[in-house]
Amino acid sequence: MDRAKTTTLTGAEIVVRCLQEEEVEYVFGYPGGAVLFIYDELFKQDKVKHVLVRHEQGAVHAADGYSRSSKKIGVCLVTSGPGVTNAVTGIATAYMDSIPMVVLTGQVPTHAIGLDAFQECDTVGITRPCVKHNFLVKNVRDLASTMKKAFHIATTGRPGPVLVDIPKDITTHPCEFHYPESVQMRSYNPVRKGHAGQIKKAVQLLLEAERPMVYTGGGVVLSDASSQLRELVRSLGFPCTNTLMGLGAYPATDPQFLGMLGMHGTYEANMAMQHCDVLLAIGARFDDRVIGNPAHFAQNPRKIIHIDIDPSSISKRVKVDVPIVGNISDVLDDLLKLLKGARTKDLKAWWKQIDEWRAKDCLRYDRKSAIIKPQFVLEKLYEVTKGEAFVTSDVGQHQMWAAQFYKFNEPRRWINSGGLGTMGFGLPAAMGVQLANPGATVACVTGESSIMMCLQELSTCKQYRLPIKIINLNNKYMGMVRQWQQFFHGNRYAESYMDALPDFVKLAEGYGHSGMLIEQPSDVEPALKEAFARKGDLVFLDFITDQKENVYPMIPGGKGITEMILYEDL
Amino acid sequence: MSRHIISVLVENEAGALSRISGLFSARGYNIETLTVAPTEDASMSRMTIVTTGSEDVIEQITKQLNKLIEVVKVIDLSEAEHIERELMLIKVRAGQKEREDMKRMADIFRGRIIDVSDNTYTIELTGDTRKLDAFIQALDQGAIIETVRTGASGIGRGNRVLRV
Repeated sequence: MDRAKTTTLTGAEIVVRCLQEEEVEYVFGYPGGAVLFIYDELFKQDKVKHVLVRHEQGAVHAADGYSRSSKKIGVCLVTSGPGVTNAVTGIATAYMDSIPMVVLTGQVPTHAIGLDAFQECDTVGITRPCVKHNFLVKNVRDLASTMKKAFHIATTGRPGPVLVDIPKDITTHPCEFHYPESVQMRSYNPVRKGHAGQIKKAVQLLLEAERPMVYTGGGVVLSDASSQLRELVRSLGFPCTNTLMGLGAYPATDPQFLGMLGMHGTYEANMAMQHCDVLLAIGARFDDRVIGNPAHFAQNPRKIIHIDIDPSSISKRVKVDVPIVGNISDVLDDLLKLLKGARTKDLKAWWKQIDEWRAKDCLRYDRKSAIIKPQFVLEKLYEVTKGEAFVTSDVGQHQMWAAQFYKFNEPRRWINSGGLGTMGFGLPAAMGVQLANPGATVACVTGESSIMMCLQELSTCKQYRLPIKIINLNNKYMGMVRQWQQFFHGNRYAESYMDALPDFVKLAEGYGHSGMLIEQPSDVEPALKEAFARKGDLVFLDFITDQKENVYPMIPGGKGITEMILYEDL
Repeated sequence: MSRHIISVLVENEAGALSRISGLFSARGYNIETLTVAPTEDASMSRMTIVTTGSEDVIEQITKQLNKLIEVVKVIDLSEAEHIERELMLIKVRAGQKEREDMKRMADIFRGRIIDVSDNTYTIELTGDTRKLDAFIQALDQGAIIETVRTGASGIGRGNRVLRV
C-alpha cells in the first residue's frame, strides 16, 4: 500500500472519492434518509455532478441511457426501502440488456437491519435475480475495495448492473482510504481471446458457405466491435442482419444489410435466417422474439457459428456447431487475420434469392393516407435529422416502427429496452443520452401510453435544460396491445383504449417546455423542422396518428420465423 | 432426463447460498438435494447439488452456476467415477415385539443404533441415496416415526479432484 496516498475518511467521503477515482462525471439519483451523509459529501465537491430525477426509476433509466450512448458507465444513487424498490424496474431493464452500471443504495444502519426499521427492505435479496452481482457493505474497511470490484464486475465480461448496498452507519465510520489499482478475484476471470482452433473451424465453414448469413446482436455494440463487423461482412460479401439490440452495428443504409430480423423484422432477413446454410451469430442470443419457435427454426439444416462472451448464451435455445467464447472485438480481430486474402464461394445465386425476397417490399404502408401514418413520421424524422440523431424509444408499436424506419448507421445511437420491454424507459434514458452527448440531437420516440409512465422527468429536463425532442405517436391506444387483441383476441380491445388523455401541449407548457399538436400529414415535416431547429429547447411533438395501423411483418408468438403476417395478407 | 451430482466450490460469503438456490428456482431447474459446508480452507464452501434434467438442461445449469460471481469452480461428478454418501437418522418403533427384528434389520444395512428408549430406536445409516431408500422400503412403513436425511455429498474417485 502506498502510504503517501492514505488518509482517514468517513464512509461517505470514501464513496465520493471512489466515484472521483473512477472519473464518474454524473450520478443520477434522489436523496433520502439513508444516503444523507453521501449527499452531504457530494455537496462539498464539484468533480462528480449529481442529476436530480423525479422518481428513482428515472435515475436508473437515465444512468442506463448514459451508459448505452457512450463508452462510459452509468452510476445512480438512491435511498433505502422505496428508493430501491422504485429503482428495481430500471435495474432489471439494464440487466436484461447487459448494460454496465453501478447502483449505490442506502440501507438502514447495520444494527437495525432485520428489525423492520423505517424504510428498510432486503435490497440484496430483492435485486439478486436482476443484477450481475450485488454487495452489502458491513464494514467500512471493505467499502473502497467493494466499490472497485463493483466497477470492475459491471464493465468486464458480459457487462451488467452491480449494486452496492451501504448501511447509514457505515457512511459515518472513519477508515483509512486506499483505492486499489486493480482487482484480483479467483472466482471471476472473464476470458477475452477466443479459442484459436474454434476460430479456424469457423473460417473453414465461412469459406465453404453457399448461402451464408451474419446475424448480430447487442453484444457487438457493447464490445465496440462495430468497425470489425463492417470489415468482416464487407470483405466476405455476406448478407447481414441485426437484432433490435444490435441496430447500428452494421450500417442500415449498406446494400448488404437486410434490415432487422425477428417478430417485426423484414421478410428478407427472416427468410435468409431460415434458409441459410452457414449462420454466423455474433453477440446475439436466439431469443424468442428473434427466431420464434426453435423447433421450426431447426427444420432447415444449417451450420451455426456462435461468438459470445457468455457461455450460457450458447446452445441455450438453439444447438450450435462451432461455439466461440470470447470478447467479440478480440475474436473478430483474430477472425479477420485468418480471412485475409481468402476467397469465398460464388454467392450470386444466394443474392438473387435475397433480392427476390426484398422485392416483397415488406415495410410498405399507405402513403396516401389522409390521417398521419406513424411510419411516415419516422421516415420524416430520419430525413430531418439526417440520420444522425440519438433515438431513444419506449416500448410498443412506435418502438418497432422506429427500429424499422430510422436507419441507424452508427452504433450506440439507438437506445431502447429490448429484453425487458420497459414502458417509461424512453424519456429518462434520453436525459442520460443528452448528458453523455452534449450538443447532440436527441429524439425520444414514444407513444401516449408509454410517455405517461415516466412523465415526471419533464421536470428534470427543465432543471438541466435538456433539449430533447419528444416524438409522441398518439393513437389513443396501447397500440401493440390493441394489435394483439385485433389479431388474437377477436377485436375485443380490453382496457387498451386510453380515455381522458391530457392535452400534451399544455402539459409540456406546464413543465416549462413547448408543445406542438400535429394532425395533418402535410404538417409533419414542417413541425419536425421547426422543432429540431430549436436547438436549446425541449419540444413535445404530439402527432395524432392512425388508430388502426399495425406493425408488419409480424410473426405471431410461438410461430416459426418464416410464418410472417404481411401487410398484403390482410 | 437423468440424475446428476454437481459439486460447486463457492466463496464462503453471506448470500452465496441464496444466489445458487435462487438460480435454480428462477430458471425452473430441479433440486433434489443440496448440501453445503465450509472446506478445509474456511474462505470457501463446497456444495453438492443433486438434480435431474436433460443433457441440455444440465449443460445450462453448470454454465449458469459458473456465471455466478462467487462460484469458484463447478464439476458434474456424475460425468465420471465418483463416490456418493448420504447420512440418515431414522427413528422407528421398537417395542418389546419389534426390538429384535429392528436390530437385525439395522445390522443388515450396516446401520448403528445411536439412541434407545422404551419403545423407539434411532438408527444412523450412511450410504448412497439408493441404499437409504432401500432401507426405508425394507421397513414396515408403520414402524417409521421420523426420518431426517442430509442429502448426498460426493467426491471424485482416485486422482479426480475439485480444488483451486
